[in-house]
Amino acid sequence: MSRFAPQIAPRLKAALAILVLMALVPVAAHAIGDPFLSVIANRMLVFAIAALSLDLILGYGAMVSFGHAAYLGFGAYAVALGARWGVTDLLAQILLGMVFSAAFALVTGAISLRTRGVYFIMITLAFAQMAYFFFVSQGSLGGDDGVALQGRSTLLGLSLDGDVTLYYVTLGALALVYAGLYRLTGSRFGRVLKGTRENSLRMQAMGYRPFPYQLVAYVIAGCLCSVAGVLLANLTEYVSPAYMGWHRSGEMIVMLVFGGIGTLTGAMAGALVAVGLEEVLAAFSEHWRLGFGLALVLVVLFSPEGLTGLAKRLGIGGKHG
Amino acid sequence: MAELLEIRDLRKNFGALAVTDGVSLSVGEGELHAIIGPNGAGKTTLIAQLSGQLAPDGGQVLYGGEDITHLDMAARVRRGLARSFQITALLPGMTVLENVALAVQARSGSSFRFWRDAGGEEITNAQARAALEEVGLADRAAVLASALSHGEQRQLELAVALATKPRLLLLDEPLAGTGGQEAERLIALMQRLKSRLTIVLIEHDMDAVFQLADRISVLVYGAIAATGTPEAVRADPAVRAAYLGEDA
Amino acid sequence: MFNLFLLQLLNGAQFGILLFLVAAGLTLVFGIMDFINLAHGVLYMVGAYLMATFAGMTGNYWLGLMLALPATLIFGLVLEFLVFRRLYDRSHLDQVLATFGLILMLSEGVRILWGSAPLNVEMPELLSGSVPLAGPLKYPVYRIAVIAAGLASAVGLWALINHTRAGMLLRAGASNRPMVAALGVDISRLFMLVFAGGAMLAGFAGAIVAPILSVDPGMGESILILTFVVIVIGGVGSIRGAFLAAILVGVVDTVGRTFGPIWLRMVMDPSAAAQTGRMLAPMLVYLLMAAVLFYSPTGLFGRRGAK
Repeated sequence: MSRFAPQIAPRLKAALAILVLMALVPVAAHAIGDPFLSVIANRMLVFAIAALSLDLILGYGAMVSFGHAAYLGFGAYAVALGARWGVTDLLAQILLGMVFSAAFALVTGAISLRTRGVYFIMITLAFAQMAYFFFVSQGSLGGDDGVALQGRSTLLGLSLDGDVTLYYVTLGALALVYAGLYRLTGSRFGRVLKGTRENSLRMQAMGYRPFPYQLVAYVIAGCLCSVAGVLLANLTEYVSPAYMGWHRSGEMIVMLVFGGIGTLTGAMAGALVAVGLEEVLAAFSEHWRLGFGLALVLVVLFSPEGLTGLAKRLGIGGKHG
Repeated sequence: MAELLEIRDLRKNFGALAVTDGVSLSVGEGELHAIIGPNGAGKTTLIAQLSGQLAPDGGQVLYGGEDITHLDMAARVRRGLARSFQITALLPGMTVLENVALAVQARSGSSFRFWRDAGGEEITNAQARAALEEVGLADRAAVLASALSHGEQRQLELAVALATKPRLLLLDEPLAGTGGQEAERLIALMQRLKSRLTIVLIEHDMDAVFQLADRISVLVYGAIAATGTPEAVRADPAVRAAYLGEDA
Repeated sequence: MFNLFLLQLLNGAQFGILLFLVAAGLTLVFGIMDFINLAHGVLYMVGAYLMATFAGMTGNYWLGLMLALPATLIFGLVLEFLVFRRLYDRSHLDQVLATFGLILMLSEGVRILWGSAPLNVEMPELLSGSVPLAGPLKYPVYRIAVIAAGLASAVGLWALINHTRAGMLLRAGASNRPMVAALGVDISRLFMLVFAGGAMLAGFAGAIVAPILSVDPGMGESILILTFVVIVIGGVGSIRGAFLAAILVGVVDTVGRTFGPIWLRMVMDPSAAAQTGRMLAPMLVYLLMAAVLFYSPTGLFGRRGAK
């Protein structure tokens, strides 16, 4: 363990620094009298959770899932459905979202993980789209338009109606997800996942069957992402199928790669910066996607090894990995 | 000598080409059985079928009396059948110790543990270090596998295979690309392992093969041309014509 | 009832033909280049927009089509030259990111150039109107023409692939890339040809569907995902698989939406049937895909043994 100390401690420190910095945002927002700043920052935190969960499968597991936004949707709809069924506690709604996500991830993951490469990318995308259409067809949940929530959830009796309260709850959730994944990636399970990413054949020759490990990681990632969905629904007080559209899945990959794939601190930082940037760009021009898309293409083409150059040096993101 | 491995009429075709053409072979417990043959004779394909990487088209593989023909690689490793790869296959982004510790972990307890730091498992690490000690890599434990020299990577291949605690070791050209001291060290290691393990060795270095092997089989065009003690094989005229003639 | 079924069957076949035109090029790109191109739907969209523009400018459908096709081809070749050929050797993740960026950029570009409002293309006089089908049922001539044009393209493609040297190389390349390289073929030229052909077919599909579908900036994306489903079901790299899967997906999707609730009414009460039908209909093709994958992870005609 001590061997890693000089290598990992700075990253852990950086993560702590980021969390502390984010904790100061509501204070700063109050000081300059711009409450909207907290809302944007809260959005950043929500997507940091989502990006962390995606990093587990994409970064540590080398499974390029293009359907991760589906789980954001499951979390969000857990809030809408929970409220309808009289379940307003945040934790209970998170549990509900996790049950939806786990069931979906287990079935679709079991099918998708039998394939690799371009198949895996297309299939995860298609399954997410299936979930999307499922909610579009739910007239009682507003269908395509989605549904506005009556109010926010409660946390063990505490009302989350205040933006600052929700902000700190989200921050707490982010810290917990980070800590949990930090432990997980260093655990036996995390090692097997990383080993499989590095060389699946070698792992089999050691006596491992990769499939159950990858499937469990896939389910965990889905469940954690649904936490982000629950919080997103509370933030916007609105739930719609657009949360799980495939653009969102793509944006989540971009966020993750932005900060460096396969490192938790990078995933978190990347999401924070990317969402912040998106807000700035969107305020700047309604056609911000033009520049964003162009920048993405140029970066991939002209950075020496592409955005995944770092990932490649770690031996992941390869075509056959 | 009881048979540990028995291959019966094994067949594998790639299209019209019979790469493994009715190979039958038995390896006794404690034996070091070398398989030699010219390039393209189907040696690596044979190892791939023995280890479970490739499914044969016909025939049987018996291990300790059990038919393992249809078991996958992981199941065979758990029964004590380990292999090394001809083209080095390691986990490049992980340290040398982690590479070996993962092999130890595979056979000691569940890997569905999500919380405790795997790097802090003293028992696992100790066993991994012992395997590294055995191949002479102990002082390189903290280095990334990708940073090792080619010869060291070959040593690590062996350490990983040993860490699975095998009864039967399939070695696919362990000396490939090594020279001088490195090769000597690896030969000495195999000499030591010979007394504890059963080994099937594929190797092009004829000096090493004749020095180490208890028995040698010559594979030509996917079929066994001859099997016997090193002396008998060396003297076999058919073998000399088919293979040794061009090499010796 | 039977008439309605026949009608939906034809609509499904027509939709399937369109899917095939988009999928044909893409499945070869996946199979031969192992290149995941999310931006293929853009070519379908661009084909439709160029059609709308040229047909509007000339006031003539046929002139519009004759201008739109080469324009889409050139657009596709420019994309290949500027972007795609630099991505063939990259990781799938890089390919996903770059082509996703391209979608964002081009969709927004279309929005800026043509606006978000749907555009209409006039049907040519020759193909407007309906023909009597069975009994009192009539079917629009234009849709029949779409089916015919698609089938003709499919037959042409089939002939090209089975009876020319380039086609032989394509078939070999789709199932065994290193072999084609070993034959000493100029791979980058082959790639460009495949890409150009694929772009042309997708653009053609967009152009001929313009009169019966509204042309809008989202059209490329909705068809892209169904195209993926088609390719996954048919098996990457298989034109035959893509054709069968496209017709299957088109028919299942179209017929399912209309007849799902009707058939469900036989086993449950009407209101539940209507509700379940509405819910299941849009998911049907994805469930179909899941079923096929469960049976064979490489699709119906995919490479076997490719782990």
